[in-house]
Amino acid sequence: MSSAHGQGPKAPHAFFQHHYNTVEQQAGAAKLGMWVFLATEILMFSGLFLAYFIIRILYPEMVLGSHELLSKTMGGVNTVVLLFSSFTMAMAVRSAQVGDTPGIIRNLIMTIGCACIFMVVKYFEYTGKFAHGIFPGKYFDYGRAAAYAAEHGHELVGMPHIFFGIYFTMTGLHGVHVAVGIGVLVWIMLRAKKGHFGPQYYSPVENVGLYWHIVDLVWIFLFPLLYLVK
Amino acid sequence: MLSMFLAPETKEAAKAAVGNVAAAAPPAPPAPKLPPLETLHSWAMPTQASTFAESTDNLYLFIVFLDAFFFVLILAAMGYFMWKYKRRSPDQKTSSITHNGKIEFLWSAIPAVLLVVIFAWAEIDFIKQTTPPADAIDIRVTGRQWFWQVDYPDYPGVSLTSSTEEPLITMIVPKGRPVRLIMTSEDVLHSFYVPAFRVKKDVVPGRYTTLWFEATRVGEFNIFCTEYCGDRHSSMAGVIKVLEPASFEAALREAAKLEQKPTESVADFGGRIYTRRGCNACHTLNGDPATGPTWKGLYGKSETLADGTTLTVDDNYIKESILQPQAKIVAGFTGANMPSYQGQLDDKQITAIIDFIKQQK
Amino acid sequence: MATADTSSAHGGDHAREVSFYAAKTGLKSWLVTLDHKRLGMMYLVGTMVFFLVGGIAALTLRTELLTPEQDLVSATTYNKLFTIHGAVMVFLVIIPSVPGALGNFLLPLMLGAKDVAFPRLNLLSFWIYSLGAVFFLITLVNGSLDTGWTFYTPYSTSSGTAVVTATFGAFILGFSSILTGLNFIVTVHKMRAPGLTWNRLPLFVWAIYSTAVIQILATPVLAITLMLLMIERTLNIGIFDPAMGGDPVLYQHFFWFYSHPAVYIMILPGFGIISELIAVHSRKHIFGYKAIALSSIAIAIISFLVWGHHMFVSGQSELAGVVFSFLTFAVAVPTAIKVFSWVATLYKGSIEFNTPMLYALAFLFTFTIGGLTGIFLGALSVDVHLHDTYFVVAHFHYVMMGGTIIAFIGGIHHWWGKMTGRMFNEAHGRWGCLLVFIGFNMTFFNQFIVGQQGMPRRYATYVPQFQQQHVLSTIGSYILGLGLLWTAFYLLRSLKTGAQASDNPYAGASLEWQTQSPPIEHNFHGQPRVDTDPYNFPQIDRSGGMDHH
Ligand code: HEA
Ligand code: HEA
Ligand code: HEC
Ligand code: CUA
Ligand SMILES: [Cu+2]
Repeated sequence: MSSAHGQGPKAPHAFFQHHYNTVEQQAGAAKLGMWVFLATEILMFSGLFLAYFIIRILYPEMVLGSHELLSKTMGGVNTVVLLFSSFTMAMAVRSAQVGDTPGIIRNLIMTIGCACIFMVVKYFEYTGKFAHGIFPGKYFDYGRAAAYAAEHGHELVGMPHIFFGIYFTMTGLHGVHVAVGIGVLVWIMLRAKKGHFGPQYYSPVENVGLYWHIVDLVWIFLFPLLYLVK
Repeated sequence: MLSMFLAPETKEAAKAAVGNVAAAAPPAPPAPKLPPLETLHSWAMPTQASTFAESTDNLYLFIVFLDAFFFVLILAAMGYFMWKYKRRSPDQKTSSITHNGKIEFLWSAIPAVLLVVIFAWAEIDFIKQTTPPADAIDIRVTGRQWFWQVDYPDYPGVSLTSSTEEPLITMIVPKGRPVRLIMTSEDVLHSFYVPAFRVKKDVVPGRYTTLWFEATRVGEFNIFCTEYCGDRHSSMAGVIKVLEPASFEAALREAAKLEQKPTESVADFGGRIYTRRGCNACHTLNGDPATGPTWKGLYGKSETLADGTTLTVDDNYIKESILQPQAKIVAGFTGANMPSYQGQLDDKQITAIIDFIKQQK
Repeated sequence: MATADTSSAHGGDHAREVSFYAAKTGLKSWLVTLDHKRLGMMYLVGTMVFFLVGGIAALTLRTELLTPEQDLVSATTYNKLFTIHGAVMVFLVIIPSVPGALGNFLLPLMLGAKDVAFPRLNLLSFWIYSLGAVFFLITLVNGSLDTGWTFYTPYSTSSGTAVVTATFGAFILGFSSILTGLNFIVTVHKMRAPGLTWNRLPLFVWAIYSTAVIQILATPVLAITLMLLMIERTLNIGIFDPAMGGDPVLYQHFFWFYSHPAVYIMILPGFGIISELIAVHSRKHIFGYKAIALSSIAIAIISFLVWGHHMFVSGQSELAGVVFSFLTFAVAVPTAIKVFSWVATLYKGSIEFNTPMLYALAFLFTFTIGGLTGIFLGALSVDVHLHDTYFVVAHFHYVMMGGTIIAFIGGIHHWWGKMTGRMFNEAHGRWGCLLVFIGFNMTFFNQFIVGQQGMPRRYATYVPQFQQQHVLSTIGSYILGLGLLWTAFYLLRSLKTGAQASDNPYAGASLEWQTQSPPIEHNFHGQPRVDTDPYNFPQIDRSGGMDHH
């Protein structure tokens, strides 16, 4: 079997960590670790989804009435943007696998761009809500929100502060994930610039890609549940 | 960001929105003097005083014996092996057994079967405990920090309250008749527990929970609050009195009566109402605001209302505050609700309260 | 037997390399270390310090309970005491203890690896743990906490104490636990030495592995629960708080969905220790290896389906109660399998009554009582009477203190020589074990009785007829405290005066015994190889024709 003190069978790679025996072992560990991590992320969000469903079952009319105040256009734009970014992310991984460093960088920049667009749209969505007294929980200004709803031909029922409480919590946590995503995307882009990745070593790109797909996936669930309730 | 965690947290925010907030801790009262639980033996279960008790205890005993059997079996085997196979020489040989399918199957299957028996038994009893008979007497129980209020819809105007300072009869029920409690809480979780009846159920704000029992024994039994509810959780006790059906109604009316004693001054009578009717749950006498404004220095002071107007506290205003609390809301207490005592306190009692408030300078 | 490379023969004549302690020195070599062994030692120190903190709170509250009235502390202080005691013991002691300390130290050694899969992540977990601990300390000086360790709403959304600080601390600790679990899962999958198949893993590794599975599946839900609680408290969004339209029972479902599996996060590593201790000190092949390993996995799975047994009287639906009760009994069976297998391992063994083994036997006694009393609580109608009484308090101390902590202390003794290079004094150890055993049972056995008579938990004052049992219990807790202090004392003293530990003082057969005591920085000289299972002791008599090994 393999040798002692971490001489991998192939040429020891620059990023080889010496507590592993082989480069394959290292890559396998990184991948498995990422999948386990993603499982914990999904479980974390599923807690919130559960809370959402319970509220929806408890107060169906309230949820129906309140969701009308969300902008389907902005939500829709963001969905498209994120879907596209998932595609560019996949392209970046592909470029890394074939050793196309400019390709990695190009695709990562597009991904980061999409992520930024997403955040900007979210910013306008949030401030738009705040402007009409739509805050989470006790800061919710029923009077102003109801007037705003009436303007648009909708009616608020029951306790809309709960819906917006959960809306801000879910999209907020998702937003935090996008922000973290931007951070790690920039980090691997800088590493790509230094030429770190190639066919032998691309697990960081791959793992960040997996993370980014999960962030998208969560949004794919958030969008219909929050914006398109029927 | 960090300051959010470092700043001493005040209750103001929660108070504004939520209303019924844990009152600032007044000096805690001494342990309630309750009748001792009647126990047959100091190691035994409490007295069996309801129709559930016997069956629950039988299952309890069954599990005790079953557990004892397994425990003794395990300890006996362990003790025997410890003695028999103690290491006597450093190179003592040991057996090469690694497993034995048959015995492993047995020691999984036998406990599994026994556990199903326990499950079924407990379940049948539990279903009984959760389905009250149709002819039960209804009693409404309201949990508050930190007392129980008990109303008898079948006997209009009859209402009893426990008090942390002076534990007294909280509930009177007839022997041999099913009783159903419909319970809710005005603030946080509580739990209504009568050990002698083997019944317990959480009392949850915002919803109604029910519990039923049929008492089988005349006597007085402890009520405990078993869901942690704050400072005086352990003093939120009461007494349930079981009477023969014949004397039940008269005793109930007598206990619900709150009249001035011949030896008592009007203000002292007011003080008794203050504790008996639970005003003390929200109003302090020491100047600290709690759920409601303090009564210290209340009489004659100029009070600012939520709508910005001011008025001087006098007899009429106090009376109005008691009968229609929502008519004039004191500034700073908009979220909290004081229940109306219309139909529950008569003029004499209200006068006594006013006298008592006058005393609080 | 497992063997290391030819160069590291057992005799120890091999030129000894410096231990991992001596390999690097200075404060920095500890604070930013990537070495799993150093991190293990730091967890050991951390959890023990908080064990002391939690223990002091416990002894103070026990002292208050000597009399029915309030005399030593006010009810308010009492409530803070049991909350801090419970929260510290759960979040800072018992959950990180065995995985953090022994798991970190031993897992790579037992696997024949140089380190865990992600050493940096491991360091990060430790610092997250420390950060969480800091938040708990801030809580202590900043109004403390009086909600009970369960943080039930709506009390926790209205209490005047530092609820957000404390929940944030627990939230952070959750991430430490998740990352440790993740690291261990990957380590077990990817870092095993050649020949170390799943069937040859020491049972301690199996236990840590199953624990890690629960950690990563359950803890994220705790994180989200605590996050929602913090949001509820600061913004009142109306999920858990009935005054804002929320549902307090929903909070309980969320909380127990984590906290029931968490009780197995606490006990499974203890089970792992006991399997090692009993096999090594009776020099017998563990009985029913597969059943023990697989029952851990069974527990890990079923444990997700029983949370509602904490809520039989909460106002959840009756049907839910029935289902949860049934599944609760189902989870007892795999535990029964383990208990019987441990006893069977003793059969025809060569049992040495040294301190670690005495702790293992004490565990069998106390844990079995704790587990068996869980049966009362799982039985619906009986739990209606016993819920939230001292019977429950006694049950969970029998399983947590009498189970996990006793196992942990036994494990510390068993691997003390390996971890520190010194042996403790055997006679001192046996006395300590005796004191702990007597003190423990005296403290908590009475609580079954007083609970069964109706004494509710979380009571600062109580009706006088319970006093006798409370006095006994308090005296017991002093004896227990004395025993633990004594244990801490002789263990610490052995660091200075103890005899040099040999590499394999108890003749164990798993890989951690095949290296120096204390191990060298990279654990082994060369790459260890494994060709048999870890319970194949040389004393086993194979003349009887046993051939499946
Ligand atoms: C290490 C932690 C740990 C462990 C391992 C367990 C193990 C078990 N627990 Fe416990 N439990 C807690 C920690 C733990 N518990 C805590 C902390 C609480 C309270 C939390 C709070 O409210 O603050 C609690 C509360 C608790 C309750 C809620 C009580 C209430 O609040 O009303 C219940 C109810 O079902 C329960 C049941 C069980 C059962 C059935 C087991 C089983 O897994 C036990 C299985 C073991 C055995 C059964 C013994 C060995 C088997 C045999 C010898 C075979 C023969 C047996 C028979 C045929 C019976 N536990
Ligand atoms: C791991 C979990 C754990 C442990 C070990 C303990 C240990 C102890 N606990 Fe408990 N306890 C809980 C978890 C635990 N507890 C929980 C979760 C609750 C519920 C809280 C709630 O209701 O919210 C509770 C509640 C609780 C109550 C009920 C309070 C009430 O409901 O009013 C009581 C009362 O007797 C009690 C007592 C004790 C005692 C005397 C010990 C003793 O065993 C303590 C002994 C320890 C020491 C005295 C410290 C000595 C240590 C050292 C000297 C360092 C040692 C170093 C080395 C060995 C190297 N605990
Ligand atoms: C559940 C809490 C609660 C209980 C119980 C309660 N109160 Fe109040 N009380 C309040 C609150 C809140 C206010 C302030 C809001 C308002 O003015 O209605 C208040 C206001 C008052 C005032 C006016 C005080 C002021 O400062 O102007 C009086 C008088 C009063 N209560 C009397 C009583 C009496 C008498 C009882 C018992 C028989 C009682 N209350 C029981 C909550 C309570
Ligand atoms: Cu009310 Cu505890
Ligand atoms: Cu549980």
